Amino acid sequence: MIAIVDYKMGNLRSVENALKRLGAEYVVTADAEVIKSADRVLLPGVGNAAEAMENLRAASLVDTIKQLRRPVLGICVGMQVMCRHSEEGDVDCLGLFDARVKRFKPEPDLKVPHMGWNKIGNLETKLFKGISGGEYVYFVHSYYPELCPDTIATSVHGTMFSAALKYENFYGTQFHPEKSGDVGERILANFLGL
Amino acid sequence: MVAKRIIPCLDVKEGRTVKGVNFVDLRDVGDAVELGQYYARSGADELVYLDISATREGRQTFTRLVERISDGINIPFTVGGGISTLEDAARLLDAGADKISINSAAIANPQLINDIAARYGSQFVVVAIDARQMEDGVWRATTHGGSRPSDKELFSWAREAQERGAGEILFTSMNHDGTRSGYPCDTFARLSQEVSIPIIASGGAGSVEDIAEVLTVGRADAALAASIFHFGEITVGDLKTELKRLNIDVRC
Repeated sequence: MIAIVDYKMGNLRSVENALKRLGAEYVVTADAEVIKSADRVLLPGVGNAAEAMENLRAASLVDTIKQLRRPVLGICVGMQVMCRHSEEGDVDCLGLFDARVKRFKPEPDLKVPHMGWNKIGNLETKLFKGISGGEYVYFVHSYYPELCPDTIATSVHGTMFSAALKYENFYGTQFHPEKSGDVGERILANFLGL
Repeated sequence: MVAKRIIPCLDVKEGRTVKGVNFVDLRDVGDAVELGQYYARSGADELVYLDISATREGRQTFTRLVERISDGINIPFTVGGGISTLEDAARLLDAGADKISINSAAIANPQLINDIAARYGSQFVVVAIDARQMEDGVWRATTHGGSRPSDKELFSWAREAQERGAGEILFTSMNHDGTRSGYPCDTFARLSQEVSIPIIASGGAGSVEDIAEVLTVGRADAALAASIFHFGEITVGDLKTELKRLNIDVRC
């Protein structure tokens, strides 16, 4: 069973639909016991990192998530809260990934938010099995995790940043695999098969 | 570098897509999900579904349709048409829309942009501007399908929309819409400098060259088109191949 963590950070429907298309069984939950017993945990999230941390605390899920030993995948803000710190609201996060989350600075030819399809490269780990560097995935974000030893995929928007991170059983993608067409579905299927 | 996006726009009336020819592999071209999947397969980067229903029943049908689109499509999609309250936006978000597009309602009540962006994030809010260049040269935002000029000037309105929390601007020149004579690229280029959020160009494409020009000279981040795709003049895939040949960074 896969647990999708519901901590009131945006609509979960696209993540649910992606799992349905993969034929996976899932439950949407904020129940710590259900999350602890799940084979896989998804931490999606759209919105503000400080609010996301606040919601995790309010749901008493901070320690629950940190102590998970089965594969966990954070998506977008779900990944950002797994980093050390975010500039968005100047908030200390879960500290699972050794990265800080910074804001893109708009420049004449650099639109913020970074919105749309961009290439990923320097792919490492089985999360990207069958995916070649240079494939496009879908991003929507104004803040990014810097490069760090946990980086397992990179992308470039003005600066090179971590498109995906991994530390032990914890994975995170800054892009939205559930919105990234066939490539994204393959990445989700890889996560389920880890 | 983020790729330039190609976005087919589908008009929906009473739950059915209108316009469009019979594509070879489609059983039902009026089915919004099937048509959307066709476009996604042929390389569309996003989709826009515009509800042109005039009735309350049509609107309800549209919400149920958005749920089906969300179930069946694995790329982002925006929905627009008749969104005038936070509740409308909430209903479409719950149905699975990735973004909503607001137009006349934002001009009538600019606070709506703040309210939706504060609740659901800027990435959820596309502000569509239908502007017309008046005889004095000023570009004025219009409402009601271009028929009524408002008191908003294009560039200042776009900046205001950004400050209020819009995540993207969808700009249609009412002087060019439907003419197939190309886009006002100077105006697009200026708009792109006035705001730091992405600009989607709409209305006026008659050829691949027109689209290439607005994405380069016009500095637009995305091009939205309806008729050139619906009438089968060019497929999304062929358009992107052509754009790539012209050294434009597209996903294909």
